[in-house]
Amino acid sequence: MSKRSNQPFFWALFGAGGMLSALVGAMLVFITGIAMPLGIGAPGDLAAYDRALAVARSVPGKLFLFVAVSLFLWHAAHRTYHTLHDFGIKPGAIAWVCCYGVALAGTLVALGALFAVGF
Amino acid sequence: MAARRPYVRPMQPGWWRRNPYFVRYMAREATAPFVALYALILLAGLVCLAEGPEAWRAYIEALQSRGWLALHVLLVGIFTYHTFSWFAIMPKTLPPVIVDGRRLEAGAITGAGLAAATLCMWILWIVAGGAA
Repeated sequence: MSKRSNQPFFWALFGAGGMLSALVGAMLVFITGIAMPLGIGAPGDLAAYDRALAVARSVPGKLFLFVAVSLFLWHAAHRTYHTLHDFGIKPGAIAWVCCYGVALAGTLVALGALFAVGF
Repeated sequence: MAARRPYVRPMQPGWWRRNPYFVRYMAREATAPFVALYALILLAGLVCLAEGPEAWRAYIEALQSRGWLALHVLLVGIFTYHTFSWFAIMPKTLPPVIVDGRRLEAGAITGAGLAAATLCMWILWIVAGGAA
């Protein structure tokens, strides 16, 4: 019996991350990277610790942040890994770890941080 | 035993620059490292948030610096390009969509995707502004 390919699994993560980042990515970057530090666009202080903490402690906020960090990383890992070929880099163990390893590590750190912020 | 020496076609650096189709392909693929970079910035924020108010303050102060703000402006542009390119190729990545016995046109799929993205971003903005 031939070994089953793990490609559909990684491709699904790539697709899900690509879709999520296409749907909300630009706005998410604007909110956390521009509106939050500059304090623009929303009433009150978006960057306030209590406010950010409340988002990360709420169930929808926690889920969204986890899914965003994790799927963005898996999406980027899969896409980068498969583009290496076009630059003449042979995919191997080192390339695999540099791409998917980062995604796996980031997913675990995100899980830990979202657990540590409390509920 | 002689080792196998399969023929490897030589590759010119920048081979993709000669054809606009490949340039668009490379531009699409090049968004990936930036998506990863943003995910790591967001992850750093989560770690700081979990560490406490002082770490969070330091994170926000870092984001307020000119360099990080400029990077985020660039990232907004790259993510916007990702949205357009993602839905531009969706008619090809999706299985054929049949409506009333006819294949849905490429423009309709791209248009629906961009409309959905606009709606989702608007919802995220409203939710983030009203959160907590």
